[in-house]
Amino acid sequence: MAWKSAMTESAFLDVQDLHVAYGPIKAVRGCSLTVAEGETVAIVGANGAGKSTLLRAVCNLIPRASGKVFFAGSPTAVIPTHVLARRDGMLFVPEDRAVLRTLTVLENLRLSHDARPLGRPFEKATEEVFGHFPRLQERADQPAGSLSGGEQQMLTLARALVSPPRILLLDEPSLGLSPRLVREVYAILRDFRKRGMTMLLVEQNVRAALRFAHRAYVLRQGTIVQQGTGEALLADSGLFRQYLGVH
Amino acid sequence: MIQDYVMQTGVNILLAWSVYIILLSGSLSFANGGFMAIGAYVSAVLTVKFGVPLILAAVLAGGVAFLFGIGVAFPALRTRGLYLILVTVGIAASVRAMLESIDYVGGIQGFSGMSGASPWHVVALVVIVGAALWLLSRSRLQRILDAVREDELVAASMGINVLYLKLACFGAGAFIAAVAGSFYAHYILFVRPDEFGILASVYIVLYVVLGGMNNLWGALVGATIMTLAPELMRGLAQWRPTVFGLLIVVLLLVRPNGLLPFRIPTTGRAKRRAVKP
Repeated sequence: MAWKSAMTESAFLDVQDLHVAYGPIKAVRGCSLTVAEGETVAIVGANGAGKSTLLRAVCNLIPRASGKVFFAGSPTAVIPTHVLARRDGMLFVPEDRAVLRTLTVLENLRLSHDARPLGRPFEKATEEVFGHFPRLQERADQPAGSLSGGEQQMLTLARALVSPPRILLLDEPSLGLSPRLVREVYAILRDFRKRGMTMLLVEQNVRAALRFAHRAYVLRQGTIVQQGTGEALLADSGLFRQYLGVH
Repeated sequence: MIQDYVMQTGVNILLAWSVYIILLSGSLSFANGGFMAIGAYVSAVLTVKFGVPLILAAVLAGGVAFLFGIGVAFPALRTRGLYLILVTVGIAASVRAMLESIDYVGGIQGFSGMSGASPWHVVALVVIVGAALWLLSRSRLQRILDAVREDELVAASMGINVLYLKLACFGAGAFIAAVAGSFYAHYILFVRPDEFGILASVYIVLYVVLGGMNNLWGALVGATIMTLAPELMRGLAQWRPTVFGLLIVVLLLVRPNGLLPFRIPTTGRAKRRAVKP
C-alpha cells in the first residue's frame, strides 16, 4: 500500500484519458495510469488488448488521438521520441529483442551510452555491464544478430544499464523466451528494481509480470478494466478467467 | 582516350557514392540521375550565361541540388521501402520532364557552350569525397547512421533523430551527384535531358548493389567495373550489351550481397578496452 500512496502524491509518469486509433480501429480507449518514481508498474492483458500500442503512444512513437501524458510534471505531447530518450531519459525497449543486428554488441552498447553519457566514460559503463553480463563480454565484437535469443534480450537490458534511464518502458521482455530465460530476465529486472529504476512494462506473461510489479493494470480491448497491487491481482483467480483468457 | 575513361569512371564513382550516402540512412534513391541533371544544367547556365567560374558554379549547383533534395525528401520520407523507391523514380522522371519543357536551357534539344572541366577535377573530388567517407566510416556518426539504416524504431528509442539524419543524407547525396554532374557537363560540352533519365539512375544504383552496400569501397569497385567492363568487351560488337547484362546477372547470383559486402565495426575490439569481470 506504500506504493499506492506514493502514486497519488507524485506521479512521475501520468497518463490521462489516452486514446489511440489506427484509422477507424480504436486500439486504446481512454486509458489513465500513473507510475511513481522508483515504482514498477505492469500492464497486462491478452494478445491484442492494446498494451504495446499504449506504451508506444506514451513515448510518442505513434500519434495519440487524444489524452495527455505528463512525465516528471511536464507535458510530452509535442516532444519527439528521440528527445524524450536523450534529454528526458525515457527509454523505450521495443518487443522481440530489439537489438541492432548488424552492429556488434559493443556498438549497440556504445550507441546507448552516447545517447545519454551521464558523465560516465564508456569504459567505466561497460565494465559494470560486463560484470552483470559476462556472456556479452565474450561476444562483444560479434554482430548482435549472431547472438542467441536469450543473449539478445540480455543485450537490450544491458542497454538500460549502460546509461540508466529515468524511466524504462519495456515491451514484452519475455516474449519468445524459454521458461529458464524468462526467469533470468526477471532476475535482472528485479536487480534494476533494487537500484530504484522506475519501470513500466507490458506483458502477456501475466503471472511473471504480476509477481514482479508493485502495481498492475489489466487492459482489455483498449480499456483498463482492473488495477491493483501485483499480489492482489495474482490472487484474483476470477480475473484470469474473465479478462486474460488464462485458467 | 585514357582521359575519357578516367573522367567517366570518376563521375560514376561519385554518383555511386551519392547513392551510397543516401543508403547510409536506409533509403534507396533512384533520383540521383535527376540530381546529376540539376547539377549539370544549373552549373552550365551559371558558366555559360553568367560567366561564373566552373568550381564556384559546381558548388552552387550542388547547393541547389542539396536544397531540392531536402525539399523533395521531406514529403517523400513519409513513405517507406518500395513506395519510397517509387517516389524517387518519380523525382528522376519529373526532373527530366521539367528540363525538357524549359526553353531557356534548350528544352529537348539540349544545352551547350560549357567547357573547362578536366579529369583532374573529378579525380580531386573522388579523393576528397572518398577521404570524407573514410573518416565517416570510423566515426560515431557512422554507427548512428547504421542504427537508423537497420531499425528506425530502435534508433529513435536510442535518442537518434531519424528524420533529420535521413534528410541530411538525401541532401548530401544530391549535392555530390550534382557536383559530379557539373564536371560531367563541362567535360562532355553538351547535355540533353534524356541523358539523365530513369536508366541513368538505375545504373547508379546498380554500381552500389553490385559493389556492396555496407562500405565505401563497394560503390567504388562496382562503379569502376561497371564503367570499364563494357569497354573491355568492345570486341564482342553487337553482343556487348547482352554479355554485359548476363555478367550483371551472374555477379548478383554469385555475390548477392555485392563484391565487397563486409561492414567495418566502428569501435575498437572490446578485449582491449574492457576490464575482466
